[in-house]
Amino acid sequence: MSAVTDDARPAVAHGFRLQWEPAQSAHVLLYPEGMVKLNTSAGEILRRCDGARTVTEIVADLEQAFGRAGLAADVAAFMSMAIEKGWVELRS
Amino acid sequence: MNAPAATPGPPLWLLLELTYRCPLHCVYCYNPIEFAQTEQELDTAEWIRVLREARELGAVQLGLSGGEPLVREDLVEITAEAHRLGYYINLITSGVGLDETKIRDLKIAGLDHIQLSFQDSTRELNDFLSHTKTFELKQRIGALIKSHDYPMVVNCVLHRLNIDHLDAIIEMADRLGAEYLELANTQYYSWAHLNRDHLLPSRAQIEAAEQTTNAWRARLGGRMRIFFVVPDYYETRPKKCMNGWGSTFMAIAPDGTALPCHTARMLPGLSFPNVRAASVREIWFESEGFNRFRGTGWMKEPCASCDEREKDFGGCHCQAYLLANDPATADPVCDKSPHHAVVTAAVTRAQASSTNVKPLVFRDAKASRELSRNAAGEMNADKKQKILEPRMHTDEHG
Repeated sequence: MSAVTDDARPAVAHGFRLQWEPAQSAHVLLYPEGMVKLNTSAGEILRRCDGARTVTEIVADLEQAFGRAGLAADVAAFMSMAIEKGWVELRS
Repeated sequence: MNAPAATPGPPLWLLLELTYRCPLHCVYCYNPIEFAQTEQELDTAEWIRVLREARELGAVQLGLSGGEPLVREDLVEITAEAHRLGYYINLITSGVGLDETKIRDLKIAGLDHIQLSFQDSTRELNDFLSHTKTFELKQRIGALIKSHDYPMVVNCVLHRLNIDHLDAIIEMADRLGAEYLELANTQYYSWAHLNRDHLLPSRAQIEAAEQTTNAWRARLGGRMRIFFVVPDYYETRPKKCMNGWGSTFMAIAPDGTALPCHTARMLPGLSFPNVRAASVREIWFESEGFNRFRGTGWMKEPCASCDEREKDFGGCHCQAYLLANDPATADPVCDKSPHHAVVTAAVTRAQASSTNVKPLVFRDAKASRELSRNAAGEMNADKKQKILEPRMHTDEHG
């Protein structure tokens, strides 16, 4: 799996829907006859994947929102996994 | 030791069987043998109330099924309300009743996905098994679904008569542009149980089918995901039916009966509440029917002391009833069950090059009435076939 470049613009993939579920206190990813319950960090990353922001911008936004530096590697690892699972696609 | 069941989570998966009416007559249908006796279907307002109450509890995946849900004239209205409430909406259909106008109206209403059933890759067998001329129609509907940009699951129930066509079935689903293909081996309840000796494949057929599936998976890469469900008669441990009784799933039958699985109403000594008389919340948390097999407290041996009891929760109660006449015993599919010989006998018969026997019974109202009349007890063979098993998991990442 090649690394996701910093200027890629990830989006929740066609056929998937991300939404917040109060009953589960979690973001979930919905697709035909299935659901993935996301943990907090996965949910926070995915909800910023709007096809407009670049990976760099998403990292910066997360670092500011959570008052932490050095999230780039975690985000890149998540992106690779999410692309492999088909949850995320890259827009140019 | 009666361990109390923990408080259940929400009914994440809600299946509305809007009607038992269906233009097809499939020989393996999971609808009750007695479906023709079903009383009045819920009306639009009642279905919408169910949607609202279940959503408040946290239901989020919605199946609209039947019978053929497209025979309901209020399908678009129900879909629109479900969308407004925030459901992910799956339409489970034979395709009969879909056309350009209907599919566009459903899209506007907020339908998320369409699962289209096929009986086979050949016209002859598709039309024979469903007792209809629907093969070309289904091809057209597949194209229509993709032209309206829906994600599509193609579902084909596998059995002795079509499993050798698997290569062509997968090729067809790929050609239609399906994102997912469900190859659900027949499970033997209701009409499929009646017809079991016609339908149960041989071990050699299943092994060949698994090889074909794996070869296609390697070739397809990520283009289409294939789910291959092995027939549980060939397993030594039972399936974790419905992800655990009353843990995730609620089905509502056309007459409003609420069920923890599609066919649980066959089980003797249990009553299931009706949404006309109780709220979804009361039904899910308080009803005897939904609580009866939650957790492990109901178990007897060999389940009670089994170290896998929380892995499969004893398997399927309908199968236990059907094959061992006791819904609270271990699913006879398990080789620890004292009744496992019933399963191995059926499997042994299936290895013969030809099986008997009685003619195939097609699912129609006439057969339903006759069987109901003849069999008031014995023929309560009732459970799901293709059931929309919830595929739910929690991912922990990051």
